Amino acid sequence: MKFVLVAAGTAALALLAGACSSGDEPSTATGSGSSAAPAPAGGTLTVFAAASLTESFTALGKQFEAAHPGVKVSFDYEGSSALVQKLDNGAKADVFASADETTMTKATQSGVIDGRPAVFATNKLAIAVAKGNPKGIKTFADLARPGLTVVVCAKQVPCGSATQKVEKSTGTTLKPASEETDVKQVLAKVQSGDADAGLVYVTDATSAAGKVDKVDFPESSGAVNKYPIAVVKDAPQAALAKEFTDFVLGAQGKAELTKIGFGPAE
Amino acid sequence: MLWFPAVLALALVVLPVVGLLVRTDLTRFPSLLVTSSSLRALKLSLTTAALSTVACVLLGVPLAVVLARSRVPGIRLLRSVVLLPLVLPPVVGGLALLYLLGRKGFLGQLVNWLTGQQVPFTTAAVVIAQTFVAMPFLVVGLEGALRGSGDRYEQVAATLGARPWTVFRRVTMPLLLPALGSGMVLSFARALGEFGATITFAGSLEGVTRTLPLEVYSQAEVDIDSAVALSLLLIVVAILVIAVARPRSWEGGLR
Repeated sequence: MKFVLVAAGTAALALLAGACSSGDEPSTATGSGSSAAPAPAGGTLTVFAAASLTESFTALGKQFEAAHPGVKVSFDYEGSSALVQKLDNGAKADVFASADETTMTKATQSGVIDGRPAVFATNKLAIAVAKGNPKGIKTFADLARPGLTVVVCAKQVPCGSATQKVEKSTGTTLKPASEETDVKQVLAKVQSGDADAGLVYVTDATSAAGKVDKVDFPESSGAVNKYPIAVVKDAPQAALAKEFTDFVLGAQGKAELTKIGFGPAE
Repeated sequence: MLWFPAVLALALVVLPVVGLLVRTDLTRFPSLLVTSSSLRALKLSLTTAALSTVACVLLGVPLAVVLARSRVPGIRLLRSVVLLPLVLPPVVGGLALLYLLGRKGFLGQLVNWLTGQQVPFTTAAVVIAQTFVAMPFLVVGLEGALRGSGDRYEQVAATLGARPWTVFRRVTMPLLLPALGSGMVLSFARALGEFGATITFAGSLEGVTRTLPLEVYSQAEVDIDSAVALSLLLIVVAILVIAVARPRSWEGGLR
């Protein structure tokens, strides 16, 4: 009896929640499957974006919402590969922005992308250190100094493969204390003070200004990551998704991305 | 009447594993498992889980006895605090450990001052994280058993002239053995599966802090087949631990 009551209660709650959300966004429930329909007046646009895009895309999302009344943009920021994995397993999203072309190619090959991806920005590595740079880290080679706790990205994720490229080109072998699975984790360990230095993207170090200091190094230009963006196949909001990618590729997107340290798409 | 929800409950546990099995590329399975990084991860996982089980016993048994037997006011509140790691998201536990034992944490600074060592990014940090999440399993089981058995035997032994340590060794411990056994198995299994607190507090480095669950997570970034194979390995190890190491008396006690 209790079980029935609980089940009924849960069902009622679920109905209530469903009713509320569909009241706010009438097109989300009906939008799926009608990808050829004209841009609806409202609805939720779901964007899967690489963790390193967190700050810039959140800002761009706000601007996009302001330009499209009734539209809500919701983001999932994770490692690019994890996002492809989700799409591959049937996650519903409208736009996918990856931190490198390799991962985007994987997405295209597994058939979760609609059309051709376009590169919208480039990024390179920088060293994040504690405020005031107490350990006096000035060059990439300094990171190999004994006694330093250095944290990098694992080679499986884009920032990690960029790190490996720089290590190879400079002939410097790092002995990291940890290989994190996304760039924000590296930044977090520098911020908490548990790592002396971390290899992150220029943009991550820039957006964390005030909490960490950024040390640029010339060798980073040997490992430039290109960021492609594309509309997801069978996107519930295909028309809006196209508008969003155009917006990111356009002048306003460029301005916002440059502000945070992204390079031009070329 | 009860069958339907019971079958559903069982399906909720079994079917995901079946899903994993179906997804596994069995022809590549052996080659996926026998890579140097997965073997190192497995070895690290077994070692750290064993060490943290030992730590759970050394620290958890006295705690359970104190919680069950002591009549100090506020002991009920203390008991709920002990359960905290069970309900906390592991990442929260990891952050808490980081801000206690990390370089900026007060205990971490003390350790650094005393030994010149840092706790995060070490194998010790993995063991600490695992002990943190696994210990409640041992304490809760033991405490329940202690309360269930009451302290009549201990009192009788004491009136017959046994000293407290003798009472603990000859009366309390034998009474506790079944619960201790099951508690140890649960702690070991929980330590083996620990992920969130480990990656937050200890980081992820092959051979040092990258345990099997972390290796699965890293592999999922590049080669999902290999991640699936490692997941199956983890499941097999966990089932083996529970099935083989579970003492007979545990089930007997329930009957």
